[in-house]
Amino acid sequence: MPGVGTVYRWELFKLRHQKRTYIGLGGAIIVPILFVLAIHLRHHHDRGGGFAFSDYLDRSGLAVPLVILLFGAVWMFPLITALVAGDIVASEDHNGTLKTIFTRSLERWQIFAGKALAASTYAVTAIFLCGTVAVIAGSIQSGFNSLQSLSGTIVSAPKALELVYVSLLVYLIPIAAIVCIGLLLSSVTHNSAAAVVGTLMVSLLIQLIGILPGLGSLQPYLLSTQFNAWQGLLRTPTDWEPIVRAAWVCALYGIPAIGAAFLVFIRRDVAGG
Amino acid sequence: MTDGADSSVDGPAAAVNANAGPPPIEVRGLVKRYGELTAVGGVDLTVQTGDVYGYLGPNGAGKTTSLRMMLGLIRPTEGRVRLFGRDPMASVQALQGVAGFVEAPTFYPYLNARKNLEMLAAYDGDGARERIDQALDTVELTGRQRDKVGGYSHGMRQRLGIAAALLRDPKLLLLDEPATGLDPAGMRDMRLLIRRLAEQGMTVLLSSHLLNEVEDVCNRVAIVRQGKIVYEGEIAALKRGAGTRYWLQTTDDERARAICQVQPGVENLGESHGRITFTADEAAAAALSQALVESGALIRAMAPETVTLEDLFFELTEGDGSAPAPVPAEAAL
Repeated sequence: MPGVGTVYRWELFKLRHQKRTYIGLGGAIIVPILFVLAIHLRHHHDRGGGFAFSDYLDRSGLAVPLVILLFGAVWMFPLITALVAGDIVASEDHNGTLKTIFTRSLERWQIFAGKALAASTYAVTAIFLCGTVAVIAGSIQSGFNSLQSLSGTIVSAPKALELVYVSLLVYLIPIAAIVCIGLLLSSVTHNSAAAVVGTLMVSLLIQLIGILPGLGSLQPYLLSTQFNAWQGLLRTPTDWEPIVRAAWVCALYGIPAIGAAFLVFIRRDVAGG
Repeated sequence: MTDGADSSVDGPAAAVNANAGPPPIEVRGLVKRYGELTAVGGVDLTVQTGDVYGYLGPNGAGKTTSLRMMLGLIRPTEGRVRLFGRDPMASVQALQGVAGFVEAPTFYPYLNARKNLEMLAAYDGDGARERIDQALDTVELTGRQRDKVGGYSHGMRQRLGIAAALLRDPKLLLLDEPATGLDPAGMRDMRLLIRRLAEQGMTVLLSSHLLNEVEDVCNRVAIVRQGKIVYEGEIAALKRGAGTRYWLQTTDDERARAICQVQPGVENLGESHGRITFTADEAAAAALSQALVESGALIRAMAPETVTLEDLFFELTEGDGSAPAPVPAEAAL
């Protein structure tokens, strides 16, 4: 019997045949490589430079993925995520294929669930691919060495590697909220470009709110702040508070967004295409 | 399904299957409004098992919107659709045994035809995957199945749309303008394909404004005008209702016209290309010729014109749409 799993598998198959998938994943691979190249060049031409986190980066390649997580929150990861989440419904409108799949033997909720899972899978793949490439490239550049935690304690290389991957997992919490927002805009706008750019704009606007004077009290509840929750893992002892907060704050962003996307998707009239 | 297995294009199986369960399509009071605009204004129609049913109307008459509602793609503002007694808005299960497409069939352009069909077959389940080769063969796309659909011509996409529908092993096929945009050979092939499918027992609803196509393959029609059905029933009944149209030339047309006006059974008196035109059955026409001779208006020529579906369509969908007297939808069933 066809079901959510059927849609999920075919959505992944479709993603494997679309350029934007490779643009997103390509970005996730290239950025850490370029970053490490920049570190390498700095060593040769600008040894005295005051590059942020330069101490970390010089000591251990395992610092590279963490630094990328830090800077990637601004626009890179939201954009990579939005490339697929913002497109996965809107592309059906673009191709006029909603009517094709809505007249088969699957309920609309099954199709939506399969798409949401596929968009999430892509986002997880992009984050872990980026992290893995960063670990490898960073280790080649600076060695697979122990890492100094944010509390100043030294963490062995294997333990640091584990922390990197757990950090990537925690990073997926706000990424999941971005996926939900992307799905909403994709379902509402019916336009891939508008949904991708819109998702990125939402992410940037939320960050903007955080730097506006007088709105500092909102900072803990902004989506952008939750991208830093993983740093709690690099403290001794582990600070779970930002991670727990990230979970419920992101749920507050994500659940209404995906709920609205779901309702729009299953109730919409397919009048075009 | 066996209901329509012995039906054909030439004879509707409605009577045969009158007690064989709910009809393939039953539409009552179907309305769709977009704000002030009424796209469909209260459509009633019934497609019986074995019918090849033409759904006719000019562009913008609401045909495609009606079909979208029948397939559950659009929520009706009012009214109801039942496919084999099931509501397509309630669940996609209502589309079991139903297939088709509205407007141009659409596929993923970056996948080849076979992958598109494999995906749709996976979405269908129920052994659809095993029907891919046969479906491709039926629409003669086997040799192009590995080509990306993005490179397909319009005609090839139309045929692929039929193949995608056949994967569902449908008992009811809804096709929206399947021959539009095809070259003459493509249109002929599409007609032949539809006829062949009908002969295999499939009930077909064919939306079109290509009247020759409909007249060629359909046994029953609904004619829609501005979102409302102005005729529903058999094409033959529609033609009978219109009577046979004659043209007449006499030695004294003025007198002949006066006689026509009072002659029983002679109707729709008019003039075309300097000739008197009227509709009458065979007996009335014979009586008229006798009356003309007796009055001294000698007949130079009198001949019946074949009334085509196209003539009737324009009479129903243009002007006040009052002639010929349309058969009410319910009465025609």
